[in-house]
Amino acid sequence: MNLAIKDIRHNLGRFVLTAIGIGMLLMIVMGMGGIYRGISDDATLLIDNIGADIWIVQHNTRGPFAELSRIPQNLVYRAMVIPGVATARSFVQHTIQRQNNIGKQLRMTIVGLDWPIDKGEWVVLESGRILNQNHYEMIADTSLGLNLGEKIKLGKNTYTVVGITSSMISSGGDGIGFFTIQDALDIQLDKTGEAVRLDRVSRSNRVKKNDLGLKQPNLIELASQKSSQLPGLARPEISSVILKLKPGANLKQVENIIEGWKDVSIFTSNGERQLLLKGTVEKVRKQIGLFRILLTIISAIIMALILYTLTLEKLHSIALLKLIGASNWVVLKLILQEALILGVSGYCIAYILGKKIFPNFPRRVILSNDDLFQLAIIVLIISVISSLLGVWKAMQVTPNEALN
Amino acid sequence: MADKLAIQADSLKKIYGKDNTEIVAMKDATMDVAYGEIVALLGPSGSGKSTFLTAVGLINPPTSGQIKIGGQLVLNGSQPMVNLKYFRKKYLGFVFQKSNLIPFLSARENVQIALEINGYSPQDSSKRALEIMNELAIGDRADNFPSMLSGGQQQRVSICRALSNEPDVILADEPTAALDSHLGRQVMELFRDISHKRGTAVIVVTHDQRSLDVFDTVYEMEDGVIKLRQEIS
Ligand SMILES: Nc1ncnc2c1ncn2[C@@H]1O[C@H](COP(=O)(O)OP(=O)(O)O)[C@@H](O)[C@H]1O
Ligand SMILES: [Mg+2]
Repeated sequence: MNLAIKDIRHNLGRFVLTAIGIGMLLMIVMGMGGIYRGISDDATLLIDNIGADIWIVQHNTRGPFAELSRIPQNLVYRAMVIPGVATARSFVQHTIQRQNNIGKQLRMTIVGLDWPIDKGEWVVLESGRILNQNHYEMIADTSLGLNLGEKIKLGKNTYTVVGITSSMISSGGDGIGFFTIQDALDIQLDKTGEAVRLDRVSRSNRVKKNDLGLKQPNLIELASQKSSQLPGLARPEISSVILKLKPGANLKQVENIIEGWKDVSIFTSNGERQLLLKGTVEKVRKQIGLFRILLTIISAIIMALILYTLTLEKLHSIALLKLIGASNWVVLKLILQEALILGVSGYCIAYILGKKIFPNFPRRVILSNDDLFQLAIIVLIISVISSLLGVWKAMQVTPNEALN
Repeated sequence: MADKLAIQADSLKKIYGKDNTEIVAMKDATMDVAYGEIVALLGPSGSGKSTFLTAVGLINPPTSGQIKIGGQLVLNGSQPMVNLKYFRKKYLGFVFQKSNLIPFLSARENVQIALEINGYSPQDSSKRALEIMNELAIGDRADNFPSMLSGGQQQRVSICRALSNEPDVILADEPTAALDSHLGRQVMELFRDISHKRGTAVIVVTHDQRSLDVFDTVYEMEDGVIKLRQEIS
């Protein structure tokens, strides 16, 4: 006869409530691990999918994800001619927070793709298509809440959502919108008509006061033109240039060549990953890790209290069992099995609830098999440890106490 | 059958506590009980009856004196001569004033668990438990939990449990105190039948003067000393 099951059966309602309570606690422990997995996975998804071997960034920066990086657009042409490089693409990333059409806040990380070399073929689409033209189209992550075909106005232009992707999230947790480099820069550098006008006036004034302007009056005329038509003005800068190597090309050799350039730094794809995980995500990881440890300890304490109370309630029965000749093992089994049943049902409830609830969270909560297995082991250990107090109490009981 | 001795308690003495908090609960308790004999132990409250019964029951060893069960010396003073837990399991059955059933087990399971602890298989235990309960006319309540049984019914289940492993000795401490006199007498008669039919030695501690005719021998305890009151042969 299994005494643990009999006892549980007799107090089923209370046991179920207790198991649900423990289950919810364990669900949070489980979720904490899942949130961390989600954050690190999301942070590196773009790097993993974009298909770059080398990232060229501003000298001495850890860009473009961990910090700001600014390099000239023409770096693409320098990189393209390195032996072994298959493609060199511009890459732009920055985050905006604007009111959208209906007045709702839209926070979005804008990633610029070097159209037409990169039309977003590597972005995993849930629906729609990739970017078919150099302007006014975007692919949006589901977390942005935009629908296929929806039009949003950013700066002076209106963009149409042509594709929807999922799990494309920046390390800050914002959904990514993919645009062409041109559009990405336009959105970033958008100025009002008034700002542009004032800019031109101040430019003409500067030329007028300059010797050069006085000697060559047609320069004054030139200074008030569109900035993109001015040969003397640099084009907007991009975040990074990403290189894909030819099959069989020597990565080290390409790295050595670029390292010779004094104006940029480089990272391999894995280097970028590590930058993100060690930098941006590291503190979050520690934070969540510590919370997880605290919660695990709290769960253990609560379980110990519950099991201790359950044992106290049974002390008379335990004394009686001893009186009719039951060995310590029979008593130990009763308490230990109850602890394990409680732990295992709590874990199952945590898993079932988690599977239902976590997908509704704003960020991904990934329950990896490794994490689940690890938690299962932890729960078993907690169950055993937390029953020790009860076991100790039960061992103290003498058959005499059945007579009181 | 009544010649061979099941219990021999010789000059038992029990002192609780130490030094100035010393309480002499039992001074000189001597009693022999034969197989198939049922004995009553009377006496005022605090005279040491329970102390005597738990000493003979190997739960609460005496300070000095000897206890033999089935002719074998089991306690020499507080010194165990055998494995007490094993001896208790194999040879002794207990019935108490309160019914003392395990609340989370059904009536039948309460009997069954005692059998399982004694090494019977779960199937055999379950079957035997019901047989004994039918014998004591409580089989129809086999699946009820103790909380759903009356005091008398609970006491019957306790007796079933005490009988289940066919002990040589049954020790009952005021088993009818919680019952009305009619039920009380029924329980006492049950003990007598068991004793005489199975050859079990039975000691019953009781206050109930009206049922004394049930017993073969009546002892009385006062201030820790046991005296023979009457022998009905
Ligand atoms: N565990 C104990 N510790 C100290 N004194 C006890 C203990 N058990 C019983 N006594 C004392 O021993 C005496 C005999 O008690 P007991 O055997 O229970 O008497 P009875 O069963 O006849 O009422 C009483 O004075 C009681 O207070
Ligand atoms: Mg008493």
